[in-house]
Amino acid sequence: MDKSTLKYIAKRVLISLATLFVIVFVLFMLMKLMPGTPFNDEKLTAAQKAAIYAKYGLDKPVIEQFFIYIQNMLHGDFGISYAIQRNMDVSVIVSSRMMISFFLGIGAVIIGTIIGILLGVVAALNRNTFWDTFATVLSVIGVSIPSFVFCLLLLILFGVKIPVLPVLYNSNEPFTSSIIPMIALSMGVIANVARFTRSEMIEVLQSEYILLAEAKGISRKHLILHHALRNCLIPVITVLGPIIVGLMTGSMVIEKICGIPGLGSLLVKAIEVRDYNVILAVSFLYSVLYIVIMLIIDILYGIIDPRIRLGKEEDA
Amino acid sequence: MAKVIRTKEDLDNYLKDFDYTEDDFTLVNDLEELQHDEIKETSSFLKDVWTRFKSNKGALIGGSIILLFIIVSFLAPALSSYTFDAVDTAQQSMAPRIPGLSWIPFFNGTGGVRQYVGNLENSFHYFGTDVLGRDLWVRCWEGCKISLFVAGTAVLVNVFIGILYGMISGYLGGKVDTVMQRFQEIVNSIPTLVILTLLLLIMKPGLYTIIVALILTEWIGMARITRAQVLKIKEQEFILASKTLGANKFFIIFKQVLPNIFGQIIIMAMFSIPNAIFYEAFLAMVGLGIPAPQASLGSLINDGFKTILITPYQVIIPVVILGILMLSFNLLADGLRDAFDPKMKEM
Repeated sequence: MDKSTLKYIAKRVLISLATLFVIVFVLFMLMKLMPGTPFNDEKLTAAQKAAIYAKYGLDKPVIEQFFIYIQNMLHGDFGISYAIQRNMDVSVIVSSRMMISFFLGIGAVIIGTIIGILLGVVAALNRNTFWDTFATVLSVIGVSIPSFVFCLLLLILFGVKIPVLPVLYNSNEPFTSSIIPMIALSMGVIANVARFTRSEMIEVLQSEYILLAEAKGISRKHLILHHALRNCLIPVITVLGPIIVGLMTGSMVIEKICGIPGLGSLLVKAIEVRDYNVILAVSFLYSVLYIVIMLIIDILYGIIDPRIRLGKEEDA
Repeated sequence: MAKVIRTKEDLDNYLKDFDYTEDDFTLVNDLEELQHDEIKETSSFLKDVWTRFKSNKGALIGGSIILLFIIVSFLAPALSSYTFDAVDTAQQSMAPRIPGLSWIPFFNGTGGVRQYVGNLENSFHYFGTDVLGRDLWVRCWEGCKISLFVAGTAVLVNVFIGILYGMISGYLGGKVDTVMQRFQEIVNSIPTLVILTLLLLIMKPGLYTIIVALILTEWIGMARITRAQVLKIKEQEFILASKTLGANKFFIIFKQVLPNIFGQIIIMAMFSIPNAIFYEAFLAMVGLGIPAPQASLGSLINDGFKTILITPYQVIIPVVILGILMLSFNLLADGLRDAFDPKMKEM
């Protein structure tokens, strides 16, 4: 790695850190503006409420609360839950649910990418045949129809009409109950990846180095696997970023539909009961994930194809 | 017939058969050849766009469906004898029943909670009724109207903000651009999900809150496209010519740059409409949608989902409408993109 690459990475990391700080600050302020309190018991007198506020440090000035929060956060302490599971460490609540959401998300990305690439390559190799039309129609449908619609249709089909899979998430059978939500989530990934792979593959197949390889008498299998596919996969990395981000949003609804005890449903519940620390921690986690994914893809792409990075710097 | 020629004799043998005389050649009829050059009328850019758009079947179908949905969503609630908010416990969760279509199992009116008997013998709920006995035909189209309104308004405002931000940032460049770009980058790295949910908590849930939320999260894409286009255009010669002639900045930005990037902006706007419809539905699904008795497609899906096992039609119908609507917008946007910029077709 040369010096300019390192400088570029350092710059990106710094910007990301600054962004994260701003996000936490904005979130913190917004939450203080939120109407309602986590201590919604009518039996509490004003004095008792004040005592509770003092106990959790909520009576201090907002700015001071913010710095205390940041300080604790840097030590890995995200505070305690006020409402969902009172006095339980937020990090415990979040981490137990994180794995379920990650399992779903990563599963969907892997399934979607593999099927999407296969579909895109098959479509590009058989242009204007049945397979091409099939892949195009499928990707238009997959891009336009939200994942929760797929989830509902799959639930009606395989949960109600032909009851082979559980409708609601069952923590005793995490695998079978994850099949429907995972397939529903991966539809969007399949569509996007297939669309992109197809257009990339068509472009690569028309390039001169493929013509040269063909002229030299290479076998078709070798040509496609080693020369075409490799070169068309690099740009596919870039679309994975936005796709993963879209998955986060989609999974929130799907978690609700299927009753999955994941991060998304935790956030919704926390907002409903005004559990400040849980909201902050989950939103923060989402932001970190988002920024880290964007950062990795940016850096990866900058290393693989330096022209991209140069182009970006010219813009700026 | 291909002959292998290896030696001098081979070549002589081969050439022996060829013997040209003057008669072997005739002059080409110039006039006939010329007629093959077609002379086309010059056509304006917009006319070209329209011709290309017309030849795209998917886009035409998408466009007509959207038009049809808009018309029906205004006509259906007005013409129906039911209203979207009239609650009737005698007509709870009745199955869809359409006159003349009762031979289709889905639309024959059986399977609901309440049946079409007694004085309801001759009533028809085309899409059935919901748990509170409200007619779903009216509610679905009412919801479709609201979803379209939310998406349309949000996108219009976004186009306005995006153009303004992108043009200023792109055209002025320098320090202004750097500051504006950093701001955009930071806003962009807050997940949409987080902005939406928090914003809706600070403000009261309702139609305009959702529109504001959609604006706050979606303007960035528009601004980015505009800026990129402006950067591309502002280096071209005609801008330089304009500058040389002494045109001021605002004249150049609005009279010369804007018309040239309008196609891109329309495409971007069309693509962001289905996105906005999706986010509206998403908000409804997480319980932050339009409050009852008003309905949007998202809130209808959310309500219907609660009784999915007993009365699946309550969720299937709005889901199908939402799906068709988003599909149509995507097809239309695809068609528009190809029409405005045929080079993009393979992308």
